[in-house]
Amino acid sequence: MDIPRYWRLKDQRYKLQGTRCNDCGHLSFPPRLVCPECKSRNYSDYRFKGRGTLYSYTIIYQAPDRFDDQAPYLVGLIDLEEGVRVTAQLTDMTLDEASIGMPLEMVIRQICEDGARGPVLYGFKFRPPFTGQRDSA
Amino acid sequence: MRKVAIVGIGQTPVREHWQSNLRDLAVSALRDAMDDAGVETLDGVTVGNMLSGALSDQEHLGSLIVDYAGLDGVEGMKIEAACGSGGAAVRMAVKAVASGLMDTVGVVAVEKLTEYSGNHSTAALATAADADYETNMGLSFVGINALLMRRYMHEYGYEKRDFAVFPVNAHANAVHNPHAMFHFQIDEKTYSASKPVADPVSLLDASPIADGAAAVIVVAEEDVEKYKGMPISILACEVGTDTLALDNRKNPLWLRGVERSVKKAYHVAGVTPKDISLFEAHDAFSIMTALSLEASGFAEAGEALRFAEKTGVGINGGLPLSTMGGLKGRGHPVGATGVYQVVEAITQLRGEAPSPIQIPRPRYAMTQNVGGSGATVITSILTCLNK
Repeated sequence: MDIPRYWRLKDQRYKLQGTRCNDCGHLSFPPRLVCPECKSRNYSDYRFKGRGTLYSYTIIYQAPDRFDDQAPYLVGLIDLEEGVRVTAQLTDMTLDEASIGMPLEMVIRQICEDGARGPVLYGFKFRPPFTGQRDSA
Repeated sequence: MRKVAIVGIGQTPVREHWQSNLRDLAVSALRDAMDDAGVETLDGVTVGNMLSGALSDQEHLGSLIVDYAGLDGVEGMKIEAACGSGGAAVRMAVKAVASGLMDTVGVVAVEKLTEYSGNHSTAALATAADADYETNMGLSFVGINALLMRRYMHEYGYEKRDFAVFPVNAHANAVHNPHAMFHFQIDEKTYSASKPVADPVSLLDASPIADGAAAVIVVAEEDVEKYKGMPISILACEVGTDTLALDNRKNPLWLRGVERSVKKAYHVAGVTPKDISLFEAHDAFSIMTALSLEASGFAEAGEALRFAEKTGVGINGGLPLSTMGGLKGRGHPVGATGVYQVVEAITQLRGEAPSPIQIPRPRYAMTQNVGGSGATVITSILTCLNK
């Protein structure tokens, strides 16, 4: 399996790290070597806070091979507070709880297992924000 | 630049071709097109295909197909642009002929999607999307279209049943096309009852995976007398692009790739949306038809479904769509689809469509092949040479 890919993507998967253009301030996720707005190649790493709202969602019934054992599951497009949109699974909710506009926060979860002997892959998912005592748990 | 025409067409039926391999499907379609054009050899062949490597363990299709087609030594190369591979292959041939580099170029697009289980093919098709940031989140290609459809319903206040107009029309036309995969009608009731694949996209929103090959012979318009087949002028074959990932688009409901492609095509061909007699849209999913109609200038944003009901998209409607069944009814052999669309548009312009689905005296036919969720779009406008 593509271990180098998962190692390479760890800052994105675990820290939601994209780029900020040093010339025009445009934020990108995923990271981009060339700013899509001003075309500058001068950028810094930028870590998104991981809070946003749901732009759209789907319930996947027929899943790609590696996700087959999870189906049905929710995938959404999430508008982050910083004005960037990301794709992620939605978690900690039932299938019928998803609704466009709901607030969400990022959380690290298991994404999938690559077969019986393959690595377990982790990364970000989004859930409704916790407000109670479980925050400190 | 030289003007370009198509003088030969060929296609295999769209089926689960378990008895035929990739090369034989391609060779059948290509040789049929060569016979139609009355040519013995070609200056070059462009091969449209997306998944031969993933699903047939076979890359390097160009030289393989020219060899088996009896074109020993001829240049052949594969062109890949996901579901837009077929249209992209036409584009490459048009460039070669228009520039004067070649005189007679064959385009053959081929795909075999039914070798493996549905889940395996689903994973392979998802490589059209962004592997690191869409597919690896568990998003399927159907799922990407479902995200669009849900948002469209939310923003414009449509119900799921409002989308039935496109698949119902596609199936009604496919019944009469012998090359189509599906030969049964559906209605709003069967549409509404079909099971979800990626909610809100259900089975009858989604075009079926299938096997097939289609081919055309591209030549210079000034040379059409040298060929046997009835020539059809290809006035425009223009490409537009957009971000691969849906989440990178400011407004995912407006397909900028379509807009960019179609604006160029209208300009080059010197026509407007009102001039189009039939539109072979990329109806891989009902939502994709709606978004394509809007970005192509036929309907305002959010109006495509009302436009379809009001204008009529059937054979006798104001804007006939999917006249030979479209991707939904004819089937969607992914990388081959763009060339099927062109073959079907030419069949209509030649007046050779089966009579129940023949458009009466079409003037301009438009085809639009969409790669991924709109990252590569190829729009072609064709017309009869002597009209």
